[in-house]
Amino acid sequence: MTLLLDKPAPPQAPAERAPYWTMRRRDTLAGWLMVLPQLAGIVAFVIVPLGLVVWYSVHEWNVLGGTFEFVGGDNYAALADDQRLGPVLRATGLFSAGLVVLNLSLALFLAVLLNQKLRGTVVFRTLFFSPVVVTLVAWTIVWGFLLQDNGGLNGFLNLLGIDGPNWLRSGGTAMASVIVVQLFKNVGLNMVLFLAALQGVPAELYEAARIDGASAWARFRRVTVPLISPTILLTMILTIVGSLQVFAQIAVLTQGGPETSTTVLVYYLYQQAFQFHHFGYGSALSLLLFFIVLVLTVIQWQMRKKWVFHEA
Amino acid sequence: MKLKLLIYGVLLVCCVPFVFPIWWMATTSLKPVAEIFAFPPSLLPGSPTLDAYRQVFELQPFGRQYLNSLYIALVVTIGTLAVSALAGYAFARVKFRGAGVVFVVVLSGLLVPNEVTIIPLYRMFDTFGLVDTHWPLILIPMLGAPSVLATFIMRQFFITLPTELEEAGRVDGLGRFGLFWRVCLPLARPAIGAVSIFTFLHSWNLYLEPIVFLSSKQKFTVPQALTQYVDAYGGPMWNTQLAAATLSALPVLIIFVLAQRQFVEGLAQTGLKG
Repeated sequence: MTLLLDKPAPPQAPAERAPYWTMRRRDTLAGWLMVLPQLAGIVAFVIVPLGLVVWYSVHEWNVLGGTFEFVGGDNYAALADDQRLGPVLRATGLFSAGLVVLNLSLALFLAVLLNQKLRGTVVFRTLFFSPVVVTLVAWTIVWGFLLQDNGGLNGFLNLLGIDGPNWLRSGGTAMASVIVVQLFKNVGLNMVLFLAALQGVPAELYEAARIDGASAWARFRRVTVPLISPTILLTMILTIVGSLQVFAQIAVLTQGGPETSTTVLVYYLYQQAFQFHHFGYGSALSLLLFFIVLVLTVIQWQMRKKWVFHEA
Repeated sequence: MKLKLLIYGVLLVCCVPFVFPIWWMATTSLKPVAEIFAFPPSLLPGSPTLDAYRQVFELQPFGRQYLNSLYIALVVTIGTLAVSALAGYAFARVKFRGAGVVFVVVLSGLLVPNEVTIIPLYRMFDTFGLVDTHWPLILIPMLGAPSVLATFIMRQFFITLPTELEEAGRVDGLGRFGLFWRVCLPLARPAIGAVSIFTFLHSWNLYLEPIVFLSSKQKFTVPQALTQYVDAYGGPMWNTQLAAATLSALPVLIIFVLAQRQFVEGLAQTGLKG
């Protein structure tokens, strides 16, 4: 170090000093100014609240009594003891897994159909996409109405001589119903992303595969799927993270019932915090939700390395 | 030929669960109460009436609530566009010290959905006396986690612009903000379109945040108001709820059908491709 310091002074600066505001400095200032609103927003509405969730989760907060006491790991111990948490996590997993599998399969199926060079596909594309722009709660309400015991669906089934169940009030069908309502609401979005990806697959590749004698299924499996794998991964991430956030559908359709069969984590968190005023315990649940999102995202990024095809 | 017919057949069948609920919503809202649970179910109202629509406005200040939703969604959309275009441009094209760290910090927002932080967000806005105002519904989506995807889309778009473009602008004497405003932003129409559409829809659909933050009917948003049409026993007044639902869905649907190309292709072709 001393050697460096002992170095002879650099040659005299030229008489005319370089302007302080070099392009680099200007860009640094401009860059920071440009990201400042976003950065400040993330700090204020994401990072600080995340820190506060951790802080709240080690406290017992009695809103009515106005007390806020440090309780250490009590809320986490309560998490482990909570008899309802198991079913809640099961419902969350069931909803997410069911939705992701159905959503991606249906989206890809519809996209492949629409990608055939047929007349009128734009009309179908518009129809499949239209629920995406319908107000979420409006969509949920009309499905709730359709799925009533004496509602439209059972009415039509009756005409066919089928006695339909009380879809939203029976343990066996409530979860499936909620998944289906969400499926048709948003599958159009993934369908459109798949359609764009399919249109990016070069036709020569199919031609080559055909010449090599590959069947339609083999062409789909060996050419299409690898080439659109980045889109599959992206839609999977978006759909899984979105499925963990499901709230309005549960609140409007089933209120978590029957029993707790459709009580997903976000709905449970809402009940604990905003209906029962257990803010401390609710915060522990929030962190649980955060870790689930985190772990799933990390797993998916790892998967990306494994099976996503990278264009050269 | 046979295959073609088969594909059309499958497509038609697939349409039912997408289109029928919308049809059922609109037609039921025109049926008198006695008819809505009639058997056999009727695809068209037998004796159409606008009673339900009258009730929508009599039982709640629905016009006011509609305006609330509309202005919140518009402010959030414009605000998000400003925030995300600036930040996305800086991340894509400006080399500045600390950019990498800032980018990681901003992207962390993608991992923290608002549901995770709703408790502290509620306490924070409560501390500043902003509970039961529209501020949380505007500020959180515009600056917080939901805006990160917008910034990411903008960045992905700006990254694709050729460098010659900005060099030409520099020769003409433009500074950073000039390059952003005069050269790059006008080219970003697809990204702006995509961000506007999904930001508007996100705000328009919000449900958890309004029911957590708002308590007076005058301030409610549409999704929250829809579920409030209940009879004395707390049971839903179906035709009224469906009339309000129709009113909330139809304008956006009509705009969508008219501009579906921009909607669908804009969303598909923007940075969302990852």
